[in-house]
Amino acid sequence: MILLIDIGSTYTKIAAVDLEREEVVGRAYAASTVDTDMSIGLQEAYERLLEQLGVRQIQVESKLASSSAAGGLRLIAIGLVPSLTTEAARRAAFGAGAKVVGTYSHELTVREIERIERTSPDIVLLAGGTDGGNTEVILHNAKMLANSRLTCPMVVAGNKAAVDKVEAIVKASGKPVEVTENVLPEIDKINVDPCRSIIREVFINRIVHGKGLDKAKSFIGDIIMPTPLAVLNGARLLARGISGEPGIGELVVVDVGGATTDVVSICEGGASQPGVLQKGLPEPYAKRTVEGDLGIRYNAPSILELAGAKKVLENMRVWGDCLPEIDLEEATNCLCQQIDKIPETGEETSLDIALARTAVCIATERHAGVIEPLYTPAGPLSIQRGKDLTGIKYVVGTGGIFAYGCEPQWILEGAKYDEKNTCSLKPRNPEFLIDRDYILYAVGLLAEIFPEKALRIAKRGLEKLGS
Amino acid sequence: MSMAEPEKKEVAKKKILTGVIGYDIHYGGNMVLQLALREAGFEVISLGTQVSQKEFIDAAIETNCDAILITSIYGMAQIDCQGFGEACKEARLEIPLYIGGNLAVGKEELGADKWPEIEATFKEMGFTRVYPPDIPLEVGIRDLKEDLGIRD
Repeated sequence: MILLIDIGSTYTKIAAVDLEREEVVGRAYAASTVDTDMSIGLQEAYERLLEQLGVRQIQVESKLASSSAAGGLRLIAIGLVPSLTTEAARRAAFGAGAKVVGTYSHELTVREIERIERTSPDIVLLAGGTDGGNTEVILHNAKMLANSRLTCPMVVAGNKAAVDKVEAIVKASGKPVEVTENVLPEIDKINVDPCRSIIREVFINRIVHGKGLDKAKSFIGDIIMPTPLAVLNGARLLARGISGEPGIGELVVVDVGGATTDVVSICEGGASQPGVLQKGLPEPYAKRTVEGDLGIRYNAPSILELAGAKKVLENMRVWGDCLPEIDLEEATNCLCQQIDKIPETGEETSLDIALARTAVCIATERHAGVIEPLYTPAGPLSIQRGKDLTGIKYVVGTGGIFAYGCEPQWILEGAKYDEKNTCSLKPRNPEFLIDRDYILYAVGLLAEIFPEKALRIAKRGLEKLGS
Repeated sequence: MSMAEPEKKEVAKKKILTGVIGYDIHYGGNMVLQLALREAGFEVISLGTQVSQKEFIDAAIETNCDAILITSIYGMAQIDCQGFGEACKEARLEIPLYIGGNLAVGKEELGADKWPEIEATFKEMGFTRVYPPDIPLEVGIRDLKEDLGIRD
C-alpha cells in the first residue's frame, strides 16, 4: 500500500493506493492542525482511513506527501522588464507550485525592499537580462537584497554573465543562494524547467522545516512538493502519458478552491488557424495560473463584484425554483468568514454553484490566449497572444465544489468559449471530467515512483460527464 | 592571424537588434539585412515583423544590444515611429538607432528630391541614420561599424 498525503491549510487528506490492483482503496481527511502540531491532524486522518478500510493497521510500502499548508510556498519574483524576464520568472514560479506574493521589475528601491521584508516571503526569485544582456540591474538588485533584513533563500535565474557575481554578493551577506539557468536566455526562448526544479528543491530542503512540517516527517517520510505542483504533474502525466501507457491528450484543469481558482493547461497552445501571427513571451507547455481574487470562499465578495449581482442571481435561478430574496452582499460576506463551510440549504448550494461557474469562466478567460484582428495596409491579419485552447479535448474540474457539490457539468461549461467574447481562445468543444475524489494530487505524487500505475489510476478515477 | 580576423572578433562582440516596425508584414528585406549583418560578424537578435515600439525597447533593455536597426516597407513608418526617439531616451537607450526602407507613402510621386525631407523627419524623431530602399547594404554596415567604433 502506498499512502499519498496532502497537508492543506484547511484539510489533511490521505489516499491509500493498492499497487497491485492499481486502485485507490481508501480515502480520508481531517482538519489540518497547522497552528499546533501538524501530526495531530495527520494522525486523525490516518485513523479515519483505517476505520474506512476496516483494519487496525496497514502494510505501508511508501508514503509521499504534498503540502500547501501555512500559506503555501510564498515567493517574490524580481526581473528586469515586466513583460519579459519578470514575466518569465513569474511563470517559473507558478509552474513550481509557488504562490507569487509580490512582483518587481527594474532596479529595486529602498521602499520596495522594505515592502519585500514586510511580506516575509519563503523564497526570492531573482531574474533579469538575457544571457549576455543587461547586467547592471540584476547586480544592483542583488546588492539591495544582500543588504536587506531578509533571511529566506534566494534563487538566481538571470543573465549568466552576471550570476557568478550575484552569487558572490549574496553569499558574502550570509544569505542562502542557489543559482540556476536563465529563465529567459534569449529574447524569444523561455526556459523555466531548471528554475522550477531548484525552487522545488529549496522548498523541500529549507522551507518545509520552517513551516513545522518537519514535525510530521517521522510519519510521512519526505514532503516532496507543494500541492499545486502535485496537481500540475498529475495533469501533465494524464495528458501526455508515458512510454507504455498513452495519455488522454491536451487538457485543461480548473481547480476551484476556497482561496484561489487555479487553471492548468497542458498543451502547446500554438495557433490552430493558418495565417495567425503569435506575439508575446513564449508560453510553457504546462502552464499554471492562479487567480487570487476568485476563491469561492475568501473571495466570494469579489466574484460578486466582478460578475455583478444580476449575473449571479441569473446563475442561481438556473438551479433554484424559488428565487431568493437573498441579500447577495451579505451572503458572500458571510462566506468569506466561513472558509470551510459546506452548503446546507438549497439556496446556499445554488449560490456556491453560481460562484463556482463564474470563477471558472473568468479564470479560464484570463488563462487562455486572445486573438486580435488587425486591419493593415497589407490586408487583414490576426495576432495571437497566449495559448490557443480552442482545440482542447478535456476540461477537468477539481476542488471541493466537485467533491460535494452538484451540477459539475454546468460549472465546467463556464470554461467554454462564449460568443460574447469572440477574442478569447477558450476551449470550444471539450469533454468534461471531474476529480470527485481529489486524486489529481495523489496521481502527481505517485508519478514520482510509479508513473504508469499513477496514469492508469488517473484514467480510471476521473469521472466522465455526459454532454 | 590575418588583419581581417581581429576586426571580425571586435564586430562579433556587438549585438544588433532588428525587426519590422508597426503592422508591416514584409520580412524579405529584413532577412537579407540579417544575413548581411551576420556575414559581417555581428550577433543579430531578430524580433520578426509587426514589432511595436515597446517590443523593440523592452528587448533592447534585456539584451543590452549595441544598436537597433528598424526596417519598414509599407510606407507607414512615420506614424509607427512617432515618439520612438523619446521613448528610447526614457529607457536610457543611448545607442545608434537606424531605420531603412520605403519610409514614405508613394515614393514615385515624391521623387528623389524629397529624400532630404524624409531623412530630416526621421532624424528629428531621434534616428541616427536613415536609409532609402535602394541603398547597398555595405553602406549601412560600414556606417554601423563607424558608429560603434569598430576600426576597419
